[in-house]
Amino acid sequence: MIAALVVVFRESLEASLIVSIVMAASRGIEGRGRAIGFGLMAGLAGAALLAAFAGKISSMAGGMGNEYLKATALILAVIMIGWHHVWMGKHGSELTGQTRAVGKEVQEGVKPLSALAMICAIAVLREGSETVLFLYGIAAEGTAGGMLEGGLLGGAAATFLGILLYFGLLRIPMKHVFKITGLLLVLIAAGLSAQAASLLVQAGLLPSIGYDIWNTSKILPQDSALGLLLHVLVGYDDRPMGIQVVVYVATLAFILTPSFWVGGRQEDRTARSG
Amino acid sequence: MRLLVSLAVVSTVLSGTAAFAADTPAVAIKNHAFSPETLVLPAGKRIKLTIANADKTAEEFDSTDLHVEKMIAGGQTATVFIGPLEPGTYNFVGELHKATAYGTIVAK
Repeated sequence: MIAALVVVFRESLEASLIVSIVMAASRGIEGRGRAIGFGLMAGLAGAALLAAFAGKISSMAGGMGNEYLKATALILAVIMIGWHHVWMGKHGSELTGQTRAVGKEVQEGVKPLSALAMICAIAVLREGSETVLFLYGIAAEGTAGGMLEGGLLGGAAATFLGILLYFGLLRIPMKHVFKITGLLLVLIAAGLSAQAASLLVQAGLLPSIGYDIWNTSKILPQDSALGLLLHVLVGYDDRPMGIQVVVYVATLAFILTPSFWVGGRQEDRTARSG
Repeated sequence: MRLLVSLAVVSTVLSGTAAFAADTPAVAIKNHAFSPETLVLPAGKRIKLTIANADKTAEEFDSTDLHVEKMIAGGQTATVFIGPLEPGTYNFVGELHKATAYGTIVAK
């Protein structure tokens, strides 16, 4: 039972924390609950489908179907976060009420919501399929009793932490909240990119460029509570491969640079028209 | 359960000697244990490793030393790319049955 609890907790923590950050990041956008709820359901349905076809998928692409699929999902999530970041750079001030005239696009909130719903769906889909597979395995083994309860407890514990984080983020004044959730999402995106890179190394598509660039597994192990939390929130890795460090930095640069451009251009325009 | 474990140990011992002769490195999972539990592989080379899960239940081939984490459904065979390895020992486990499923790769 404890084993099931730990496995399910670990697998669902990332999804839970990402969803709560997305909830905080979408404050003030109408219909966010429905959109994110839809994202979660789509993610769960996708996870069940993935688990059902696990054998077929993993035998695709020369046995690397799973890696390619997961890496693609991760890269898609990174693109969505990048896009959200740029969008918030343009419309964030309207949401915080610093600008009185709320743009039509913000009121409708369609664009960022679809991106945010997709981020949630991918977060659930990714680890969800493995959790389903694991629980199915237990059920097939016929020892479902305590293990299933353990799994449910693990999921509940991860959800509880997500809710805690959400209410923590709610306490941040409106003025700063989008800066903080935005920064968190960008760091999460960099971490997801690094994970995608790791999958593609495993699939033989990318070189590792060295195994342990640093090794802090003795000081702050990645499977400790704090290590796991930092892994999810900022992409902390206690023994990264070279390619992961490269991709992490490149993603930060890639997402942050365009939003500087957009922000700069917008200020130019305002200055000229005013 | 104890019977299963002892069966696994016996099968590991029996198959352990044969596995070194194989061209492509491969490990099997049976009764939540790896066989062979020790593989000797060349250092400085990219290696394609095959893992066959003969159990009905899923197993996650997991190694922080090798930077690999691969879920393998019951009855499925999976491949992972590892290396190039520095000479040394690298541990791996079956994440879902850590107590019985573990092994070591020795790179030479």
